[in-house]
Amino acid sequence: MWISKTIFNHFKSRLNFTPNYAPLSLLSPRRFASTIAQNPSTFNSIHDANQQVIDFPGGTVKFIPEMRFISESSPQRIPCYRVLDDDGQPLANNFVQVSEEVAVRMYSNMVTLQIMDTIFYEAQRQGRISFYATTIGEEAINIASAAALTRDDVIFPQYREPGPLLWRGFTLQEIAHQCFSNKYDNGKGRQMPIHYGSNKHNYFTVASTVATQVPHAVGAAYSLKMDKKDACSITYFGDGGSSEGDFHAALNFAAVMEAPVIFLCRNNGWAISTPTSDQFRSDGVVVKGQAYGVRSIRVDGNDALAIYNAVQAAREMAISEERPVLIEALTYRVGHHSTSDDSTKYRPANEIEWWRLARDPVARFRKWIERNGWWNDMAESELRNSMRQQLLHSIQVAENIEKPPIEDIFNDVYDVPPSNLREQEQWVKDTIKKHPLDYPENISA
Amino acid sequence: MATLFQGLPSSTAFSSSNKFNHAPAPTSFSGTWNNERKSSIVTVRSDARWSPVLNSATHKPQRLITNAVATKADSSLASTSSKPGHELLLFEALREGLEEEMERDPCVCVMGEDVGHYGGSYKVTKGLATKFGDLRVLDTPIAENSFTGMGIGAAMTGLRPIIEGMNMGFLLLAFNQISNNCGMLHYTSGGQFKIPVVIRGPGGVGRQLGAEHSQRLESYFQSIPGIQMVACSTPYNAKGLMKAAIRSENPVILFEHVLLYNLKDRIPDEEYVLSLEEAEMVRPGEHVTILTYSRMRYHVMQAAKTLVNKGYDPEVIDIRSLKPFDLHTIGKSVKKTHRVLIVEECMRTGGIGASLTAAITENFNDDLDAPIVCLSSQDVPTPYAGTLEEWTVVQPAQIVTAVEQLCQ
Repeated sequence: MWISKTIFNHFKSRLNFTPNYAPLSLLSPRRFASTIAQNPSTFNSIHDANQQVIDFPGGTVKFIPEMRFISESSPQRIPCYRVLDDDGQPLANNFVQVSEEVAVRMYSNMVTLQIMDTIFYEAQRQGRISFYATTIGEEAINIASAAALTRDDVIFPQYREPGPLLWRGFTLQEIAHQCFSNKYDNGKGRQMPIHYGSNKHNYFTVASTVATQVPHAVGAAYSLKMDKKDACSITYFGDGGSSEGDFHAALNFAAVMEAPVIFLCRNNGWAISTPTSDQFRSDGVVVKGQAYGVRSIRVDGNDALAIYNAVQAAREMAISEERPVLIEALTYRVGHHSTSDDSTKYRPANEIEWWRLARDPVARFRKWIERNGWWNDMAESELRNSMRQQLLHSIQVAENIEKPPIEDIFNDVYDVPPSNLREQEQWVKDTIKKHPLDYPENISA
Repeated sequence: MATLFQGLPSSTAFSSSNKFNHAPAPTSFSGTWNNERKSSIVTVRSDARWSPVLNSATHKPQRLITNAVATKADSSLASTSSKPGHELLLFEALREGLEEEMERDPCVCVMGEDVGHYGGSYKVTKGLATKFGDLRVLDTPIAENSFTGMGIGAAMTGLRPIIEGMNMGFLLLAFNQISNNCGMLHYTSGGQFKIPVVIRGPGGVGRQLGAEHSQRLESYFQSIPGIQMVACSTPYNAKGLMKAAIRSENPVILFEHVLLYNLKDRIPDEEYVLSLEEAEMVRPGEHVTILTYSRMRYHVMQAAKTLVNKGYDPEVIDIRSLKPFDLHTIGKSVKKTHRVLIVEECMRTGGIGASLTAAITENFNDDLDAPIVCLSSQDVPTPYAGTLEEWTVVQPAQIVTAVEQLCQ
């Protein structure tokens, strides 16, 4: 019954639509045209005068008598786009200029991010917070990509991208509240540190699961496209994340659905202890774009201007052409994977140091803004001192604030707590009342 | 007809054959007895005697039930409240509910495999792509985890997607997204992002669809915090639950059954939405509370006919809401009848019946005159051979016997 129905539909569509014309309205999309191509009566090889061509589902292909395998790798790796050299000098003049205001703001945010990471990492080492993961080495990707977007573009992070939040105005105090999971955390103390989320800033809450945010971004792009908004979605993930099934399906979907989404891969060389040579055998992540029909580019992730230019161009393409874009930002994870990791166990300490000092994206950008006369040593030390003070203060404040109330264990599981959860909440409260000494003091019951 | 048999002096009948390992006397009804119960295969013969399928070489076993679904449930209280209305099949009722909600709210959209042009493998979305465009009725590539993820992302940005699994079993691939993201993100984001998705699809044991296509996913999903689960069983409740699920701000999983799509019934013309958390009183009674849902409702009603002829008065409740349970309706019933029989299609271990047994025991232990009996499918993958498949599903004959045992 199924088979005859399918054939019936083929013939039906052939009757209703002229074979060569594909109407472009939403209601009769070009998909009707493609089912016509699969009409059984056209399953013949069409012989062109010179080229032999065959008409399989999916379009015409030339056929050749030589058996040629496509090589598993190109003779040359895909080149990497870069604007500034290691010394902060522009390589050419064909990049989008960034104004002094924007450049200084970008630099300040990168410095803030760097200091924030250092101080919070220390706080974890001192036992003041339970966990932290730094973004050291990837400040340019974090800040420059955010600078190239607008506030309406929705962000789906992995967990190494607090930069866009800082750029959009999330305060250091709010960061501290989240890391200390106190009652002012807008996640209400429910997630581990660094799992920020803020709907005000269009930054979707970090989930620990790897690459699950990639299809979310595609869904969001689909939503934006349906609403015809002048906005795109962007999602970040690492080299490791690109191995997950969700990455592949999401790219595929985005291409099929023509969704305005930017896929930004932070290829930092390491997935905890797994180097990229053990992660994939392709030429990085950028080559995977073409496999799914997605336009892609490889960028120097430690070059803030290159990231800025590429993301801005990608955004334009994504929205005006309604297409996904893949950006592979090459970089290096200078920090450990997280505070639960000691990366000297699997890579040489001098390699880490070299990348930290010689290839620091913050220092490189600083050279460029200083050369433009927009920055100097005094501004630098002022900024660093001020940020350090602010951070220490934020931590102190956050540390002393109460944890969220018991109700927040049970709220937001659903829109309205059902009776079984209310019962469970009461049970917990009664237990605390009966045995107050067994429970921490700073719980409000 | 297979279900007619004499009243069994059950203790003697069972203990006569220790080849079945029956408990000698049915004093304790939980666990062991039920295991034996369903592992025994009884043939009920047309001469109204019954015999164990011991000498299967000598006579061929008869089918225990000839149609999957009883002709009609006792519909007086269940389905329609007003006689005028229109008749349709269950899948059409689902489609009607879906269409009405899509008309009412432009944010409602559908995504799944073959839902667009093809109209859905069970025709639930037939005609909707032509009417609403293929951006609102989206055909997805085959990647359940990812299109579920897409639906979650779309929901967080303001749409209300209905995600269709072509078969519920395929949603096992989406478990990561459903558990870790769908169920959790409203909570972990501190209430900032909501996920009003509906995840739906046909599940349950069908007609020889093979083990992989006969899954009962309600067992696996029931633990996930943050989601709601409902199961429809009639055209009336299918449409009402579909509409309610779409309007809910929480993620809802709507379980349909492969064999119920062609059920025909009359439903009201006026708009109606049912509650997601309510059970349905199918047949009030006094002697025993039978709790069931989805396809098993029809097996229960078939058994109920027999039971009524034998002088029993079962109260049949279609629980409909699998998470959370409607303990209010169930409790009222338990307090009235003091005996509970659960009939489900889930497997014995970790099924809805297991949770329901625990919930009732915890809350209404003092009202029970006998331990709860739960009839479930065995802990086996569903075999393909028709006869084998039928024996993995609870049959009306077993339900009748169980009630008789319970009501002694």
